[in-house]
Amino acid sequence: MLWDALTLQLGYNATLVAVGATLLGVSAGVTGTFLFLRKRALVSDAISHATLPGVCLAFMVLVAFGGDGRNLIGLLAGSAISAWIGLLCMNWLTRRTRLAEDAAIGAILSVFFGFGIVLLTVIQTMGVGRQAGLEGFLLGSTAGMLWADALIIAIGGAATLVLVMIIRRPMTMVAFDPEYAAARGLPVHRIDLAMMGLVMAVTVVGLKIVGLILIVALLIIPPVTARFWTDRSDRVVLLAGLAGGLAGYLGAALSASAPNLPTGPIIVLVSFAFFALSLLLAPVRGVLAAVLQHLKFQRRVHIRQGLLALAQDQKIYEPLTLRLLKRAGLARADGVATEAGKARAAKALRDEKRWEVVRADQAHEATAALYDGLRDIETVLTQDQITEIDRLIGGPQGVPS
Amino acid sequence: MSGEEFVPLSLTPLLIGTFAAIACALPGNFLVLRKQALIGDAISHVVLPGIVVAFLLTGAISTWPMMLGAAGAAVVAVVMIEAIRRLGQIEPGAAMGVVFTTMFAGGVLLLEQTDTSTVHLDVEHALYGNLESLIWLDAVGWSSLWDTEALAGLPPELPRIALTLIGVILFIWLFWRPLKISTFDEGFARTIGIRTGALGMALVIIAAIAAVAAFDAVGSIIVIAMFICPPAAARMMTNRLETQIAWSVGFAVLSAVSGYVLAGYGPLWLGSTDAVSAAGMIATMSGLILACAAVWGPCRNRAGAPGTA
Repeated sequence: MLWDALTLQLGYNATLVAVGATLLGVSAGVTGTFLFLRKRALVSDAISHATLPGVCLAFMVLVAFGGDGRNLIGLLAGSAISAWIGLLCMNWLTRRTRLAEDAAIGAILSVFFGFGIVLLTVIQTMGVGRQAGLEGFLLGSTAGMLWADALIIAIGGAATLVLVMIIRRPMTMVAFDPEYAAARGLPVHRIDLAMMGLVMAVTVVGLKIVGLILIVALLIIPPVTARFWTDRSDRVVLLAGLAGGLAGYLGAALSASAPNLPTGPIIVLVSFAFFALSLLLAPVRGVLAAVLQHLKFQRRVHIRQGLLALAQDQKIYEPLTLRLLKRAGLARADGVATEAGKARAAKALRDEKRWEVVRADQAHEATAALYDGLRDIETVLTQDQITEIDRLIGGPQGVPS
Repeated sequence: MSGEEFVPLSLTPLLIGTFAAIACALPGNFLVLRKQALIGDAISHVVLPGIVVAFLLTGAISTWPMMLGAAGAAVVAVVMIEAIRRLGQIEPGAAMGVVFTTMFAGGVLLLEQTDTSTVHLDVEHALYGNLESLIWLDAVGWSSLWDTEALAGLPPELPRIALTLIGVILFIWLFWRPLKISTFDEGFARTIGIRTGALGMALVIIAAIAAVAAFDAVGSIIVIAMFICPPAAARMMTNRLETQIAWSVGFAVLSAVSGYVLAGYGPLWLGSTDAVSAAGMIATMSGLILACAAVWGPCRNRAGAPGTA
């Protein structure tokens, strides 16, 4: 069943939903990346909630003019207008009053959503019936998706992608360093608005599939996931698009494969699964990598301290140190150094003495700052410098040379 | 209108709405000043999986397990946000966005998977509550306020939210000085020995309790609106925290009462027959108040902001 869903064999509607969700995931991931890098991820929350009154008003207008209240283009246009108004209000609140951005986001989100709910109840009492389609915009409803709906989503998603590609450079610059961008003469405020406009476009396009509450997840989670894997912004954009698209595709397929699996939430949960995997497994930034890094560091400290102890003929009591030395072939089970161990131990002690000289010398101040008890001195000083230091230390004492 | 009609039908929803608004607006003042305003948003989203899990475990719609479930979900969410923020080195806003959308999606999924057709538990109810249904059927008029028999029939949400409100007031009153100091200057607060981490956590927990209690009565949309709009509007009116809190309480009461009245009677005045959602109307009114404050408030500008006087 799942295989059928993945290979798009589950019929017309399921295929439409899967293709639509994939496109939506890609464009949401790509657009959301800039929002995330700008550290304004939650702005999408305000934008998405602000679509509700527009949807309701559009429905009322359509019905008032005798049309079908569920015309998708009309509803999406209405939602875009009200989201844009919400966006401008939020921008005005943050720029012209003392409110911080988070308060402005929360205010716009709750007020617009509240007003939308008032309008929803008005529609319910209008007696037109058929408002059930509107409630679907809260959480998305893919059951009755038509070819025309899928086409709108596809065109909208593709258009957003193209726009992102066109203005990706200025957006990246603004996201990383708005002051520098302003100094270069870029209209930072207008680029920010364009970024928000793109987010709004994605939100509007996604209303039908995942609904206005969960579209936020598609804008935030894939970029965060992608950020784990790379430090280059262009790759973050690509990976976020990939993660979003995959999540959309897998989620739509999963939800088509069994009853009672609503598409929107499943897509969100799949993309969270990607996030959780990345959090654990990503190289460098992942939790597993951090743990391994820590263990490696711990081993180096133990071996170093063990070697110093061997060099000074002290007994090693720490079992981990002994085990590590034994495994490296530097000591025997009873704690006596092997030949290789003796050599390494003498070298470690000599290095320690060299560092002592370096750290006592003002001329080596910059080098001395690198001392952490583990670093090999050859990696920071030239051979000539080391020879010079060795001359200061002198040869072995107390034995005839 | 007469007491016979007002007391049973409107008094209790009005009181519950007002209490809920104040209980959220009070901690909201500190959250807005600390730039943590969206905590309310996050909490009100994650409450859904909490109550669904509680329903699955107990199999019934009963208040206490659900409140516990909601509170548990709020705690889980706070822990998850912190964990993701620290382990993944992600900025707090994005970490919050990841957690609350995921938990909300999980809640919706659980709800769809379980058979809740026999009980009144759905997403719409969670979002905008059902303030209008909290009526006091035993009352016959103003005299019922002194009638113990009728008082026993009060909707249980009323004493609960009143108790929560008292708890919130007590917390803020007891910790007034440390709260105020640590809100404005966390470093200074730490040097004089205030445990700012624990205090910040306590504030979030108080906010969560207020949110869960209010959510139970009035739905999540009021919770978010009341956490942010009245304090934000009050912020434009004054530079003193004491005055700001007074203003915010005033604004909260004003939006609750005017929102309820407009929702109940506004459509009648316009010639329609049915009321609209009170929760939505209260949120809308609080937004209008905020808009007025943002346009005319005496302290609306950032101090020292470039010439926008």
